[in-house]
Amino acid sequence: MSDVKKVLFGPILANNPIALQILGICSALAVTSSMKVSLVMAIALTLVTAFSSFFIAIIRNHIPNSIRIIVQMIIIASLVIVVDQILKAFAFEISKQLSVFVGLIITNCIVMGRAEAFAMKNGPVMSFVDGIGNGLGYSAMLIVVAFFRELLGAGKLFGFEIFATIQNGGWYQPNGLMLLPPSAFFVIGLVIWALRSYKKEQVEEPEFKIAANSRSQEAL
Amino acid sequence: MASSNDSIKKTIIVALSLCLVCSIFVAAAAVGLKPIQNTNKDLDRKRNILSAAGMLEPGKSVDEIFESVETRIVNLQTGKFATQEELKDAGIKAETFDQKAASKDPKLSIALKGEQDPAGIKRRSNFSAVYLVKSGDSIDRIILPVHGYGLWSTMYGFMALQNDFNTVIGFGFYDQAETPGLGGEVDNPNWKALWKGKEIYNEQGEAAIHLVKGGVDSSDPKAAYKVDGLSGATLTSRGVTHLVQYWLGQEGFGPFLSQLRSEGVQ
Repeated sequence: MSDVKKVLFGPILANNPIALQILGICSALAVTSSMKVSLVMAIALTLVTAFSSFFIAIIRNHIPNSIRIIVQMIIIASLVIVVDQILKAFAFEISKQLSVFVGLIITNCIVMGRAEAFAMKNGPVMSFVDGIGNGLGYSAMLIVVAFFRELLGAGKLFGFEIFATIQNGGWYQPNGLMLLPPSAFFVIGLVIWALRSYKKEQVEEPEFKIAANSRSQEAL
Repeated sequence: MASSNDSIKKTIIVALSLCLVCSIFVAAAAVGLKPIQNTNKDLDRKRNILSAAGMLEPGKSVDEIFESVETRIVNLQTGKFATQEELKDAGIKAETFDQKAASKDPKLSIALKGEQDPAGIKRRSNFSAVYLVKSGDSIDRIILPVHGYGLWSTMYGFMALQNDFNTVIGFGFYDQAETPGLGGEVDNPNWKALWKGKEIYNEQGEAAIHLVKGGVDSSDPKAAYKVDGLSGATLTSRGVTHLVQYWLGQEGFGPFLSQLRSEGVQ
């Protein structure tokens, strides 16, 4: 049972797909300007990752090696189209805001990454759990980023006003940069910093070392 | 993995059967959910029309309120309601008319070049839907679809006018992708409220309404034709001015509205 737990909750802090593996950054930049949209995106991606891993794991012993990436893509793409159609039918407002980003789940590295790295080698149930787990890791990151971006950028959370903005006669001058995609880089960077200060083992070996005799006190 | 998986036969069988299964799933989802999606789109369009006209009421369904709205097609070339023959020739119906699609159809639209195209729309459909709210036989208010280019995106919106066909009741965009917090403030309810009571046409009958920088001085005799621009969004503001002037001017609904003003509705 501890295996399932590790696969399910590991990706949230210990092995977060965005913070540690640095995957799925593109959509994390694009959709996190409001909490509501991020939440729907997170749910959509979690379901797609889980089910694509599940189906790929079922047929993993029959997938010819030469076309395995294409097979994975077809399964993922079909699931994404189905999710997009469902959103258009039952959550029209949100699907309008997400627009192309639901379609872009197809190219999200997390989905492909889990299919290739986990589902090709493990059974359907574990692959499903792994998909949910990685989806949760992505979701956690998205929600954190969206929380700061919507709060500081628009003074709102889930569309409800938290800080009264100057435009509406309040005191808060919204930070427009937070509504634009680049701000997610800063937020993600800060979260990674916080995470790696807490879990030291995630800190990577530096690729370069400062050369000897380049510091002033060494020269003396 | 068994090596037989990599034989050409197996590869083709797997690829074909996978494609078949997936295509059935995708087709089933697309076809099965189509009716609900169309209802959603329709509802969304109606809600936007009603919201521009300030007719949305909490507790009443959009469809219920929309029953009092009549959709008519206007021929922008003649400035009159399109006749039955014109509609038949063009193969369009008032209820299902899609202006975005019509603007792309060479048979139903004209190309605009250079100075003809201040709003940056490239092609203008020959026909446009208008929405009439009637009380008895006379028009109570009229809602006109407008669109044009801002800074980043084509902005689509509705302009609702009173039955003098000059005074604005409401104005708003339902589809735009301007900079959030700057040009995106076209969606701010406080800004949209500024449009109420503004007048479109000056004494010469030109579409004079425009956005100004730095706020409108209410003692200005021309204040009725001026709306506060969006701070920090000069190009979006310019786009809004251009698209409103274009669509309500001579190339757009201008002739149609002046006809309505002098003759009423047939």
